[in-house]
Amino acid sequence: MATTNVESINVSAGTAARKKKNVSIVPYLFIAPHLIFFTAFLAWPFIYGFYISLFRFDFLQPNNRPFVGLRNYANLFDPGSVQFPKFWNALGNTAEFILWSVLPLVGIALVLAVLLNRNYPGRGLFRTIFFAPYALSVTVAAVLWWWIFQQTGIVNQALQLIGLSPVNWLGDLPGAWVAITICTVWWTIGFNTIILLTALQEIPKSLYEAASLDGANSRQQFFLITIPMLRSVLVFVLTITLIASANLFGQPYIMTAGGPADGTQTVIYRIFFEGMLRGQMGTAAAMSIFVALLLLVLTYLNFKFFGQTEQQ
Amino acid sequence: MTTLQKVQDIQETDVEIGESRLGKILFYLVLILFALFFVLPLLWMVVTAFKPFEEWLTPNWIPVNPTLENFTSIFNDKSLPVVNWFLNSLLIASLFTLVILIIDSLAGYAYARLEFPGKNLLFGLMLATLVMPGIMFLIPNYLTVARLGWIGSIQGVIVPGFAGVFGVFFMRQFFQSLPKELEEAAYIDGASVWRTFFSVILPLSKGPLITLGIITFLTSWNDFLWPLLILGGDRQELTLPVGLATLQGQYTFDYGKLMAGALVLTIPVLILYAVFQRYIIRSISMTGIKG
Repeated sequence: MATTNVESINVSAGTAARKKKNVSIVPYLFIAPHLIFFTAFLAWPFIYGFYISLFRFDFLQPNNRPFVGLRNYANLFDPGSVQFPKFWNALGNTAEFILWSVLPLVGIALVLAVLLNRNYPGRGLFRTIFFAPYALSVTVAAVLWWWIFQQTGIVNQALQLIGLSPVNWLGDLPGAWVAITICTVWWTIGFNTIILLTALQEIPKSLYEAASLDGANSRQQFFLITIPMLRSVLVFVLTITLIASANLFGQPYIMTAGGPADGTQTVIYRIFFEGMLRGQMGTAAAMSIFVALLLLVLTYLNFKFFGQTEQQ
Repeated sequence: MTTLQKVQDIQETDVEIGESRLGKILFYLVLILFALFFVLPLLWMVVTAFKPFEEWLTPNWIPVNPTLENFTSIFNDKSLPVVNWFLNSLLIASLFTLVILIIDSLAGYAYARLEFPGKNLLFGLMLATLVMPGIMFLIPNYLTVARLGWIGSIQGVIVPGFAGVFGVFFMRQFFQSLPKELEEAAYIDGASVWRTFFSVILPLSKGPLITLGIITFLTSWNDFLWPLLILGGDRQELTLPVGLATLQGQYTFDYGKLMAGALVLTIPVLILYAVFQRYIIRSISMTGIKG
């Protein structure tokens, strides 16, 4: 009896093993549906994008697309080219928005996460409220704040109520950045908050207990336990926030149309303009690749800079 | 011993009293201020949507003569087929989510549990694209979609998104957490890989599938730049977010109508959010852990 059992197990294990070897096509069938799309729309465009960037690729002139080598890239650095002034203006604007937005998006998210990490009645409700705008479309967020910051909008009405003069928020700088930044913080901060909250909840409580036994007050605990324990997650949040801010498009598209005088035209907006409205796919592809490289360098520096201090 | 305990007790209660009075009031005050920052704009959208023309520019938080005329006029305007846009958005987001769930759970399972030559290479490639800024793919994918003749079509909006790797990683991570004994038992019973996947593994995956489904649906429902590129030319066939931007172009200063449109766009999302909040938040926490 015992022997037959062992034998049957051996046999079935053997067939299972053989089956696996024989039908090794099965795993490929599992991955194939995704892999086909992955190849067509993520792997191929990676190569195709470089290829396009080497041509004067006018969308509307399929028969006139001469090879221009690295001209499209060189044009980005040639002050005399058509692309140069608007492209660098857009890069500068994107950098400016990063300066406006990243600190509040990470800092306020940290404050909200700390507030939500305690135990008190109504905590779930506050979490629901803080996170709700993130579920909305960028169009809703942008149209809503566009209305709030209109010259006749509620913000200016409130200013007049307390005796201040109204501000042309969306038609002036830096007013337009203020409006776009507040809109962005309102819309997206829930995402960072949830990530930081999750990380906070994973810090062992015993650390705080030990610290308070040693007489550390809550501020000391925050800077000596919470921040160091959060460091790697903070670097992650900082990085994705940087990238998200560098990809700003919908808010200025809807709130300011890139104005005033291209003052909030971001780099994604510029690529959209160059490729889709001007039909210049070659230069737009070159811009995309240049911007992508910048973002990769930024990500790398971010991890290198903050990642190393973590190990020390 | 007892005195030490007493001292500790006193200290603890001291701290609590100190916090419970001023600390607690301040704490709730800060929370409420933040909550107002998130809620008031939404409330202002609702209030404006129900205000008649004459009241749009008044700072009243309760309309004097509440009306539905903003809603009826955008729904009756034939040049702005809001109902079409709504159905389009629903169709696009549902189809997209359905396909993503199928192909990403299949692929995620293979990358988690099956052995095959080239697995590490392919998985490494997918990891690499995760770092690549999305802007790189915009222009070439637009050209691919144009060559396929899909500009202005629903396929053009949804198909390129099937390439995304987030769902594959998400499902893979879940499948890896399942005990291997489950499959081993099924194999010993003579079940094939397919059968094991469909009758043993998938029934255990409801939670992650719902989570991935919700987050995928929301992402697709809210997407703006890509559907704007693909559908931007034809007003009849827009998605709601793109349509709302068009509405803004058309109605520039008809704030009541704009807010009514925004509200139509917001309500399904907020319902979805209210019902599935737990799943959405969990999926985001997982993003963080992964990073």
